[in-house]
Amino acid sequence: MIRIDHLTMKFGKFTAAADISLSLARGESLALWGSNGAGKTTIIRCVLGLLSFQGTIRVGGRDVARDGKRARSLIGYVPQELAFYDDLRVWEAITLFARLKNVARVDLDATLDHVGIPDQGGKRIRELSGGMKQRLALAIALLGDPPLLVLDEVTASLDVCGRAELVALLGRLSGQGRSLLFASHRADEVTSLAQRVLMLEKGKVTAEVPVSQFVARLGAGSVLHLHMPAPSRPVAIQLLRDHGFAPTLNGVGILVPVPATQKAVPLRLLAEARLSVDDFELLSPRDANLSQENHA
Amino acid sequence: MSAAAIPSCQIIEAHAPTLISNILTLAWRELRDALRARSFLLYSLAFLALGLGVSYVSAAGTGSLGLSGFGRTTAGLINIVLLVVPLMALTTGASAIASDRERGMLLFLLAQPVSRLEVVLGKFLGLSGALIACITLGLGACSLVLAWQGGATEPRTMLWLAGLSVLLALSMLSVGMLISALARKASVAVGTGVFLWLALVFVTDLGLMAGTLALRLPVKTLFLLTLSNPLQAFKMWALHSIDASIDVLGPAGLYAMDTYHDALPWMFGASMAAWIVLPLVAAALIFRTRSPV
Repeated sequence: MIRIDHLTMKFGKFTAAADISLSLARGESLALWGSNGAGKTTIIRCVLGLLSFQGTIRVGGRDVARDGKRARSLIGYVPQELAFYDDLRVWEAITLFARLKNVARVDLDATLDHVGIPDQGGKRIRELSGGMKQRLALAIALLGDPPLLVLDEVTASLDVCGRAELVALLGRLSGQGRSLLFASHRADEVTSLAQRVLMLEKGKVTAEVPVSQFVARLGAGSVLHLHMPAPSRPVAIQLLRDHGFAPTLNGVGILVPVPATQKAVPLRLLAEARLSVDDFELLSPRDANLSQENHA
Repeated sequence: MSAAAIPSCQIIEAHAPTLISNILTLAWRELRDALRARSFLLYSLAFLALGLGVSYVSAAGTGSLGLSGFGRTTAGLINIVLLVVPLMALTTGASAIASDRERGMLLFLLAQPVSRLEVVLGKFLGLSGALIACITLGLGACSLVLAWQGGATEPRTMLWLAGLSVLLALSMLSVGMLISALARKASVAVGTGVFLWLALVFVTDLGLMAGTLALRLPVKTLFLLTLSNPLQAFKMWALHSIDASIDVLGPAGLYAMDTYHDALPWMFGASMAAWIVLPLVAAALIFRTRSPV
């Protein structure tokens, strides 16, 4: 469905995407995962032909740089936040985009019902909540039943409830034979929707893994920061070492590298040993190192 | 990751909409949006009020003078058109692309099966329609006032003035869209449009006068420089069509009448056409390479 060969995209001297290659088969789901500035949105915008780039991108066999319009007719795109004429009514927006997508007939009720916003056709876009706007964007993306959905951090502006509902809806849609390319920095979304994950950092691919390995990689990189009273720290460190962990003191607490599936185990061990924990947080290795350096 | 490991990509039939259908869809959307915009309504009201004022005063004072009176009224309307229409068209064009870009709407639009050329042409067509509606309304109302006041009206002259006003509006819209394609922010684009309007309406006239005195420009150069300003081309063409003469413009007008005479309408037309086509082509070319964000 998508084939990207040696994609490089620069904003002046800043390289937003460096020599990226990937492929996405029909019906497959691929997540672009990374922190802000990793290059996820840049890759998506290149796939849509919105930015000039080096390398080649083909969508459904169509070269995005040369035949962008035809390539985009295979794509349903949902942005981070729907920005469109706010004074348009929902039915007007759907009619407008249906025309632009060459969709002859649209069953408005069915379209809105499909994305979980029935009876909203008469409302103006500005009257919709953030979650409803995202669902409208999804309804627009699904017009013409495109074989590929491209989603750019679609849940970023939603609350927890709205996020869970949208992810569940996307999960149902991706199970209908559509390909899914989406950007996210939320591990729960990636594990819910993706089959493969392209891990990005500063515009470069650091790994391409199946989602099962992604969980392990992600977890292995986490560090549990435990805040506990100073007298009990040596005992806690010994206890954790006895159970295979490698804790270190950092002055205000203990840092414990933890695998993905065992993030709560140190807490349980300490609770069973009646060692009180005042507070805890989960850090990335980089933040944990910074914490150590700051303390030193 | 090696590219060799990537499986080949099948070609899937895609049915993208046609160029014409997309242009018309976007134009219709743009027309509706422009006609609903508060700024456009204000411009239209200003144009209508000024035009009606000129018509009423002229007709009241010169009703007995017949066609000559109507000619004076038309000359008054020319000055109103020269002031209002370029400002309206320049600012409308200037905000057309830049404002969509700033609000993130351009990104979403261009993520659809729409080409950038279609967006530029659709916007141009839609905004042209809105400007034509405004000019028709303004000059139409003026004609009605003139007829009601009993002044002699010549529909052909009024239609001719309306047609020339539309050409002026299109040329300024085209320039506005070029500014919009270049600007990152809508406020900068509109500000540049207003600055350009001031320059075209006031500064170029004064500049030409100063240049003529200081540099002792030959009359031919003076005429050609005047012709290169779309506002002046409009004015000369409109005066020429009323009077079959542009003597009122002084030595340059006399020179033009003597030298080019029958070719003058073609020269005016060519100048206006160039001001419509060239900035629009430049806007489309620049918009092709610009990021939509």
